[in-house]
Amino acid sequence: MADSDCRKYLTLSGLEPLVVTPQSNFINVGERTNVTGSRKFLRLIKEEKYDEALSVARDQVEGGAQILDVNMDEGMLDGKYAMVKFLNLIASEPDIARIPLMIDSSKWEIIEAGLQVAQGKCVVNSISLKEGEAEFKRQAKLVKRYGAAVIVMAFDEVGQADTYERRIEICKRSYDILVNEVNFPAQDIIFDPNIFPVATGMDEHRLNALDFFNATKWIRENLPYANVSGGVSNVSFSFRGNNIVREAINSAFLYHAIQHGMTLGIVNPTMLEIYDEIPKDLLQCVEDVLFNRSDDATERLLDFAETVKGDKKQDVAKVLEWRSESLQDRITHSLVKGIDEFIIEDTEEARLAADKPIHVIEGHLMIGMNVVGDLFGSGKMFLPQVVKSARVMKKAVAYLQPFIEAEKDGKQEFAGRILMATVKGDVHDIGKNIVSVVLGCNNYEIIDLGVMVPPEKIIETAIRENVDVIGLSGLITPSLDEMVYVSQEMEKKNLNIPLIIGGATTSRAHTSVKIAPKYNHTVVHINDASRAVTVVGNLLQKDSTIYKAQIREEYDKFRAQFLKRGKQKNYLTIEDARQNKFKIDWSTAEIVKPKQLGIQIINDFDIKTLEPFIDWSPFFRSWDLHGRYPDILTDDVVGSQAQELFKDAQELLKRVFDENLLKAKAIFGLFPANTVNDDDIEIYDDHGNVKTTFLSLRQQLSKKEGVANHALADFVAPKESGIQDYMGAFCVSTGFGTAELAKQFEADHDDYNSIMIKALADRLAEAFAEYLHKEVRTNFWGYVSEENLTNDQLIKENYKGIRPAPGYPACPDHLEKKTIWKLLNVEENIGVKLTDSLAMWPAASVSGYYFGNPEAKYFGLGKITEDQLKTYSKRRNISEEEARKWLNPNLAET
Amino acid sequence: MSDILQALQKRILVLDGAMGTMLQRYNFSEEDFRGERFKDYPTSLKGNNDLLSLTQPQAIADIHKLYFEAGADIVETNTFSGTTIAMADYDMEGLVYELNYESAKIAKQVANQFTKANPNKPRFVAGSIGPTNKTASMSPNVNKPEYRAITFDELRIAYKLQVEALIDGGVDVLLVETIFDTLNAKAALFAIEEVKEERQIDIPIMVSGTITDASGRTLSGQTVEAFLISISHIPLLSVGFNCALGAEQLKPYLQRLSHETEFYTSAHPNAGLPNAFGEYDQSAKQMQTLIEDYLKDGLINIIGGCCGTNPEHIKAIADVAQNYQPRQIKEFA
Repeated sequence: MADSDCRKYLTLSGLEPLVVTPQSNFINVGERTNVTGSRKFLRLIKEEKYDEALSVARDQVEGGAQILDVNMDEGMLDGKYAMVKFLNLIASEPDIARIPLMIDSSKWEIIEAGLQVAQGKCVVNSISLKEGEAEFKRQAKLVKRYGAAVIVMAFDEVGQADTYERRIEICKRSYDILVNEVNFPAQDIIFDPNIFPVATGMDEHRLNALDFFNATKWIRENLPYANVSGGVSNVSFSFRGNNIVREAINSAFLYHAIQHGMTLGIVNPTMLEIYDEIPKDLLQCVEDVLFNRSDDATERLLDFAETVKGDKKQDVAKVLEWRSESLQDRITHSLVKGIDEFIIEDTEEARLAADKPIHVIEGHLMIGMNVVGDLFGSGKMFLPQVVKSARVMKKAVAYLQPFIEAEKDGKQEFAGRILMATVKGDVHDIGKNIVSVVLGCNNYEIIDLGVMVPPEKIIETAIRENVDVIGLSGLITPSLDEMVYVSQEMEKKNLNIPLIIGGATTSRAHTSVKIAPKYNHTVVHINDASRAVTVVGNLLQKDSTIYKAQIREEYDKFRAQFLKRGKQKNYLTIEDARQNKFKIDWSTAEIVKPKQLGIQIINDFDIKTLEPFIDWSPFFRSWDLHGRYPDILTDDVVGSQAQELFKDAQELLKRVFDENLLKAKAIFGLFPANTVNDDDIEIYDDHGNVKTTFLSLRQQLSKKEGVANHALADFVAPKESGIQDYMGAFCVSTGFGTAELAKQFEADHDDYNSIMIKALADRLAEAFAEYLHKEVRTNFWGYVSEENLTNDQLIKENYKGIRPAPGYPACPDHLEKKTIWKLLNVEENIGVKLTDSLAMWPAASVSGYYFGNPEAKYFGLGKITEDQLKTYSKRRNISEEEARKWLNPNLAET
Repeated sequence: MSDILQALQKRILVLDGAMGTMLQRYNFSEEDFRGERFKDYPTSLKGNNDLLSLTQPQAIADIHKLYFEAGADIVETNTFSGTTIAMADYDMEGLVYELNYESAKIAKQVANQFTKANPNKPRFVAGSIGPTNKTASMSPNVNKPEYRAITFDELRIAYKLQVEALIDGGVDVLLVETIFDTLNAKAALFAIEEVKEERQIDIPIMVSGTITDASGRTLSGQTVEAFLISISHIPLLSVGFNCALGAEQLKPYLQRLSHETEFYTSAHPNAGLPNAFGEYDQSAKQMQTLIEDYLKDGLINIIGGCCGTNPEHIKAIADVAQNYQPRQIKEFA
């Protein structure tokens, strides 16, 4: 490096400067303020506990982090809001704001929002060529203009670099574009050439470390002034649970990565052994693996690992070892690990030793379950593990039941009795079942009324069974109103039973604003199964008056704040909103007539075809494991759990395929269509007669100039244009057989698989919808002749045309399902029914529309105002009152 | 290469002194501020110094003239508060373009007269871009630290309008000055870059921060070095400090800045620290001695005055500046 170049260093700033010179030691990036990596941080952000979240950041700075990584990428979070709020709060804490920020997101809009509130020079994490050169350049230019450095992932249009050649090829290409075309300062470029796990046992992973080292060296030698970074703990991923080996791998890798030129990186300091203190024999094994020095390097490290700490499940010796422990320890072990192999045997042994069989439940089993409860409560066990524990527990209890009855020595003493129900009109019960299982594990007696439970039945059962708590669940938006109704009825009947609200669309806001005021006793919102135990425990403690008063006060306060907060939003009148509709130039729009018009039914579909179309991320979410697939499998916190769960899912999925356990059916139709009166879409038969009319709702929130007020009708040519356009509708289901299977599992005391099959059926239904949409695009409608999209691209909706579903943001009006049902004769043709609240049964079903125009896109309706409600009720030919009921969640507060 | 850059390579350039201090001498009344045009304007206008470019243009031109006569190479436009954000105090957001455009024209006209009279000493106009009265990285409400009274985008849009008007009015350089909050300055720089790109032009940019007190930090908490790093992503003509401190108090920070940056440096300190009545009483002679210290140490390329300075100060500074070589910038690239 020439002398005159000596100042081309990476410089960053918070309130104080950070200059990375060749003399600098490795720069470590604090990683705990990342919702994808820290469950605790995620919880704090979700619960808006920003004070505590700030102390996580402060701990990082005090612990020696030189850059603070902040990531708010989580499906249930408003990432932009959380990023801005957290960074604003950091700005007011000089001891944190001291160091530079790393703004970490896969969403550009979140990155940009972060850059707009940071006065210092940040690092953007990250950009790449993944979405092509144009987007890469656009983002790089903005990064530069905002005055930040940037991490560039070794990722391009084809995928993530996983060999030496691909790494250097992508880094070189990125570098040349940045330096030569964007004029990006070379010293502000930080490459992340992808750290992958070693010693996975797979041949193609053998060069993972070595390729990284060599690529790093190449970058430092050939791409002047650029730096190299990476997330270190990933490298030792396959040794999860064996911290001695993990720490040795991490620190040996880091040592050599630094030798090869890595300048900064994300490291968890508690997961790092001091290089010199790694035992020589272990170090030898580790380095043989890192440098791929021999064919059996991995084998030897695995062997060595066993001698250091061998709690590998496959290890027979170890199994025998725990089998020789005391009876209580064995039972506890089975429960904690979710092993059902020995539970009957051990339960029998306990029964023979006990005075009465009931004592086994109250003693041995409850002692074990308390350990499970404690571990779960302290975040050391995850939901799928707990559900497995419950399965073991149930098996043991079922075994004891006949003995207990034979002795007639009374009933099991429960900690309390909980009524659980999915409200009327709703069929979704995965979340409810999980909460039931978790509470069951904690010795609560669960009375589960199932799905679509009418309010009278809930109240009657609650009174008759003298329950201690009522839990209501629901997923679709009409269920929110149903819950309000149930609470009103409870008040009328003068009940004083605490009410717990849960389910995907429920929220603390809705509970405190809409439900709590209707019911004079305790109402609590829970969206996380792990909280259910604490909340119910508190509610049922001897003197719960104080707790209940606290809850009440908290919700009153929250409500007051929420109502006050309501930023004064501006709405357009529906006429003005229509004026500002999304305009497509129909004179030049390319409209393709579907190859096959009319209705088509798929009755016998090979469900195996759907496997590659599955979007797994929501599957993990349904088990309270948060993160994106496949990254979640290597996640520091939930990774091993996610892998386990994924393995179980794959097994069950294989059974589903092999044994034909679920039936998939679909129906769809493509029709001539035109928009009339701005917001309505007429569907025509072959002779041009109106078959039916879809009613779309229009955004009314006042937009920035140049941004339209969308309605789905904007994507279909208006009748007055004289152009014949087309649209479609569909319904798919993979739910046939789910209920039966779930029942079988339940009869087997296997709640784990009962929940699993439902979660899988849901995924398959979504996959089917994705698959069918693809077929329609490329085949039946055929407006795209060829399309080579990966599943990832499908999930990201990179295709032309959309398939919005009634009940979802673009068209929250569930009543549209009735129109689809009538148009396609869905129930007669494939047997999918609609409930009172217009949920689909079987639950694992998806229905929606097809819009083929390339400019059609997904949007959220947002709130609408009274004038649209009025016109809507006229168009729908229903009373305003009824319209209000259906559209309630979307009505703006007046 | 722009003319100002050529001049900078040859000598130390002198920036003008305070506009506000000079205007105080006129003792303008509410009516004077209003002039004929705004006589029925609904809000009180006294104190809206930027407005005087429209209602008392001669006074503004005269002040520029006095500074050029004193030896200044660069005068600043009378546009310190010329953004929609700052003008909102007077309900005059709609006048922002005109205020900046006219202020630039007045200054440029005077500068051209002087350049014409003495082509060996070309005179320049710097478009003054103040910090606005809101901060993007600090909350005005101690109980709500996450709150912000202004966003980056609002600032960017406001600055962009000011920048376009200043450029249309003919300024030679843009001066983002009196930076209390670096994020505000970054929004201004962002806006300037947008204008440069949209118009496919280049225009030199000066940046001048403010170290508020002996803590040695900006109001938003950054050290000299952190401030410098945070604004160096844009190619700047110069970077420096102004306001809040006198030449003596400013010197250590200027030293650090001069040591770290590869841009030209500037300083326009106040005439000492204000006395108990808020007046500045450092004499031209005293200030000259302090500034000479800068020059001896080779810290500076552009030197002028801020609050409390007048043409006498500038003359004293210009007299001594011509005896010294400009600071040499390090060739980093």
